[in-house]
Amino acid sequence: MTAFLVRRLLSAIPVLFVVTLVTFLIMWLVPGDITAEIAGPDATAAELAAIRERLGLDRPIWVRALAWYGDLLRGDLGYSYLLNRPVVDAVIERLPVTLSLTALALALATVMGMLLGILAAVRHNTILDQGAMVTALVGLSIPDFWLGVVFIILFGVWLGWLPTGGFVPLSEDPVGWARTMALPAFTLALTQMGVIARMTRSTMLDVLGQDYIRTARAKGMKRHTVIFRHGLRNAMIPIITVIGVITGVLLSGAVVIETVFSLPGVGRLIIGAIQRRDFPIIQGGLLVTACVFVFVNIVVDMLYAWFDPRVRNDR
Amino acid sequence: MTARADPPAAGAPLSLAQEVARARRRRRRAFLRRLFGHPSFLIGFVILVLFALTALLADWLAPYGPTRIHFRAILAPPSADHWLGTDGFGRDVLSRIIYGTRVSLRIGLFVVLFTGIIGTILGTLASYVRWLDALIMRGLDGLMAFPGVLLAIALAAALGPSEMNAIIALTVTFTPRTARIVRASVIVVQQMQYIEAARAVGAGHGRIVFRYILANSLSPLIVQLTFVFAVSIIAEAILSFLGVGPPPPAPSLGNIIADGRTYIQEAWWITVFPGVVIAVAVLGLNLMGDGLRDVIDPRQRSNRGGDH
Repeated sequence: MTAFLVRRLLSAIPVLFVVTLVTFLIMWLVPGDITAEIAGPDATAAELAAIRERLGLDRPIWVRALAWYGDLLRGDLGYSYLLNRPVVDAVIERLPVTLSLTALALALATVMGMLLGILAAVRHNTILDQGAMVTALVGLSIPDFWLGVVFIILFGVWLGWLPTGGFVPLSEDPVGWARTMALPAFTLALTQMGVIARMTRSTMLDVLGQDYIRTARAKGMKRHTVIFRHGLRNAMIPIITVIGVITGVLLSGAVVIETVFSLPGVGRLIIGAIQRRDFPIIQGGLLVTACVFVFVNIVVDMLYAWFDPRVRNDR
Repeated sequence: MTARADPPAAGAPLSLAQEVARARRRRRRAFLRRLFGHPSFLIGFVILVLFALTALLADWLAPYGPTRIHFRAILAPPSADHWLGTDGFGRDVLSRIIYGTRVSLRIGLFVVLFTGIIGTILGTLASYVRWLDALIMRGLDGLMAFPGVLLAIALAAALGPSEMNAIIALTVTFTPRTARIVRASVIVVQQMQYIEAARAVGAGHGRIVFRYILANSLSPLIVQLTFVFAVSIIAEAILSFLGVGPPPPAPSLGNIIADGRTYIQEAWWITVFPGVVIAVAVLGLNLMGDGLRDVIDPRQRSNRGGDH
């Protein structure tokens, strides 16, 4: 297991290299003089020159790339002149909101999706099965940010059950926190549970057709024991893969949905930075989010190896 | 494809080429029959055709121009004059949606085209040219490490809001997975005996790649591109919503929703209707993709992973 972990960590190095390179190059794509945009509208000529000097915009691109990597290794993601603070601080401060929203949505999507999938598999080829799969597919086809706005109209404006936005920190008021997080998390979960439901259904159908399931039933085990202990446990591996994939989708979905629900996460930071054309923040937010996703993928692979010993010995 | 031979008179002896052409036609007809006999594919196909017709016939279908301002009907709810109401400038929402489908369709088609071409080139190079494999694959892994459409958002933000830039941003985002799929299927086809046979009779690399390998590894690509189309339509809406998509005043399904967000208290119709249209179009494409996959590869029935 340790050897597997080491191999997996090593394989993340080239990925992180490409991620940082792409993030660096994005700044280079911006047309026109980027200095004016970074400095904000009321910067003096001297300030502009200072920023150009600091970013090394007059130097060749490979020198800038080296400087970028040098800064990265020291944990420096640059400086936001518009927020007047280091990018790292601004991003790290916002990260907990985005991560908790993603985690909450993932938990909801997993539970709802697996229940729907198991139900469909157990009641294979009935109206229940078809209904579950239609629900799953419709969920997949709905744009999540739009669903968020519709929920705000429905529950916030018309029914007045939940706040239409705003955020209460967990440490201050747990109930208030739950009220502000419930709708965004549920919105994200609804659109992604379909992916899990479909995967759960198809692998459960495979597994439930195996001989050992028939044996377990034949020796008189209870139906739900067979379904959960024998069936679901063996169906977990493909389901975990899908959970890994949708974590990425939820992470980027969280970024967008934060804007819809006015939650102070990394997403709203990035989107705000896009509107202000604050490129260091865009870069930093993108980079940190990608690193989180790389880390999540490593965790998923470890789970994988833990559930299936063949994986860790095979590679 | 070989040239179509005229059907020979009954009883006349067939040349080998005619036999082959005939078998091909029969196989193609059987395939299309299975495809259109598949309920998901059929429903999805009908939805897509309706969507495409709406976009093509927008000039005839839309009751008003998409940017025409009706001063007396600002934020008017749905009525006989304005079936889906009007927006904050008094523009007819139905007309804007009808014209907006053009942008979504155009972006979807171009992203599918570019993703298909670049994905095929990268995937084939990676599997066919051994020393390039590691280089290309690590690059693609790196691009896939950006979650969801976040890379597209950042790229579009850097390039500036325009339709072309949205297409570029989405192509960069969706190409890696497509290239991976092409690579995987090319690797399988490469090991087939007929490739060895082609090589043995002296076929060149070009002929082997185009005539034998690509022709036989297209089906997973087509299924994938159907899903790329679906995801592109949603992604356009996200980019427009965040203000980095095709810019106003020209309508896109996404920027109508973005307009509506200012008026959620008083005019729900601006937000709700374009989203429904997006959902129906995407549902159609997802149904088509599911149907195609069932017919092309019956072993992998409907266990698609999310990929946007």
